Amino acid sequence: MTSTPANRLRAFFLTPVATVMLATLGVPLAIVTAYSFLSRGPYGGVEMPWTEENYTRLFDPLYAGIFLRSAWVALLATAGCLVLAFPLALFIARSGARKNLYLALVILPFWTSFLIRLYAWMFLLRDTGLINTAFISLGLIHAPLPLLYNEGAVLLGLIYGYLPFAVLPLYATLERQDPVLLDAAADLGATPWRALFRVTIPLSMPGILAASILVFVPCIGTYIVSDLLGGSKTVLIGNLVQNQFTSSRDWPFGAAASIVLIVAAIAMLLLMRRSREELL
Amino acid sequence: MDAVLQLANVTKEFAGHKAVDGVTLSIPRGTFFSLLGPSGCGKTTTLRLIAGFESATAGEIRLNGERIDDLPPYRRNVNTVFQSYALFPHLTVHGNVAFGLRNGASKANPAADKVRRVLEQLELSGKESRKPAQLSGGEKQRVALARALVLSPEVLLLDEPLSALDPQLRQQVRAELRDLQKKTGVTFLFVTHDQEEALSLSDSLAVMRAGRVEQMGPPQELYRKPRTKFVAAFLGEMNWIGGVGVRPEAIRIARVADATGRKATVDGTAFLGPTAHISTTLEDGTKVKVQIPSSDCPYQAGESVHLCWNAADELRDLT
Repeated sequence: MTSTPANRLRAFFLTPVATVMLATLGVPLAIVTAYSFLSRGPYGGVEMPWTEENYTRLFDPLYAGIFLRSAWVALLATAGCLVLAFPLALFIARSGARKNLYLALVILPFWTSFLIRLYAWMFLLRDTGLINTAFISLGLIHAPLPLLYNEGAVLLGLIYGYLPFAVLPLYATLERQDPVLLDAAADLGATPWRALFRVTIPLSMPGILAASILVFVPCIGTYIVSDLLGGSKTVLIGNLVQNQFTSSRDWPFGAAASIVLIVAAIAMLLLMRRSREELL
Repeated sequence: MDAVLQLANVTKEFAGHKAVDGVTLSIPRGTFFSLLGPSGCGKTTTLRLIAGFESATAGEIRLNGERIDDLPPYRRNVNTVFQSYALFPHLTVHGNVAFGLRNGASKANPAADKVRRVLEQLELSGKESRKPAQLSGGEKQRVALARALVLSPEVLLLDEPLSALDPQLRQQVRAELRDLQKKTGVTFLFVTHDQEEALSLSDSLAVMRAGRVEQMGPPQELYRKPRTKFVAAFLGEMNWIGGVGVRPEAIRIARVADATGRKATVDGTAFLGPTAHISTTLEDGTKVKVQIPSSDCPYQAGESVHLCWNAADELRDLT
């Protein structure tokens, strides 16, 4: 970059955020990368010598299975979020002056900690929770349904938690679409359904991609949702990493699993950028 | 007269305001018909009522004698060329033109042939795989026309399709539109606020004002025999001298006195290429505009002149 006044001014204003990012993201990431190539210490921590064994261990069917299951759960959560979010985003984008109210409602859950909202779900889903007690007292069931501590509960928690991340980019792309295109589609003989599938959805692909990434990436790395709603049966990558740093005291292996997760996320982002370019 | 499209007392109210107020029109089959009026006169709303994007508050719309005002737009055999063209940005030229054919019941392949023929007709061959963003304004407009014409509509609705083009191109496209209408034989219903466009293109036209049709007829009739002052002033220019209308080109100007002439002072002249406009003021203070060939215009501001015109050129009893 040449040192023009405009560039110097840009550098001046970007320095604070660049410093913060470097200190809180760049440095820790470098440490984690370094740890992932070291050997485990007896009480946690790391020691010499350098090794790549942490990465080869991830190919063990046990761990590979955890990666695959995490990807599968994240994929289901992404699909669930898209299916629920698209009609909602479409509704908001076409509701005129009330758009802002509805958008505020979509992000209202963020006013409460995600952790507290997950505990609320536990109170709803557990054996003595609201749903089971209500059903039993109504005589619909005699024994509590196993609603909590399974993969279904994890999926529910993920879809619930990340739905707004799908709604917002979909809304942004739908709101930008020129309504005259729907007039044109109808004029050319397309029923409202056909117009949805031949005009609205194809034109929403950038938003659908953005929503997919925004939901998929945090879902594949989730650890709090699977920890609280999945119980000990459902181990995802996030829980694997956490275990290595806590009970298993194998920091290098936890670091290696984290790095693989990050690389997978970056690969997803690059993939998205490429498909975006193809779309536009 | 074989009318392809008939409107009977069509009214459209928006929140108490009548955008279209009892419009009755009969559009002859195979003609170029224009709806002309200033912005806000209801001409575009009328078009949208015919296309089905708005539903009429009252009145009837008939296509080939059948009522269509209760049908959704996708069931009406009329097609629209939008002011902004409204091409689908994610589809190629071919995709845009084939869009309507794929909505139809016919799943057979004459579709491909139809698309090719209409693309040829509109000189878009070779551009099939371009996206709208890669087209010039004139090409976009031709795609919009092709997309509508490929469906062989009973009436093609054109909503100010020339207004997005630059003036040079507009002249050329105007002639092309006229040719296209003649060649295809499709009835064109053209909405515009440009009187020159309407006069030069139309077989007949309707002048609209405040939601109503002021007058309907062939261009020459509307220009020569306007029934209202509004139509007289909206089509071309008009001088009002003592309650009578006289067109600027009907007035003769001379330096010497004439039996019927009236004295006036030249305020200024404007050179317009083939013609010149001379602004004058009569002795009673009335401003009169005169249009003459620019080759005959030696007049200077402040000069005294005499104006005269034939009584036959006076427009009387306009409401």
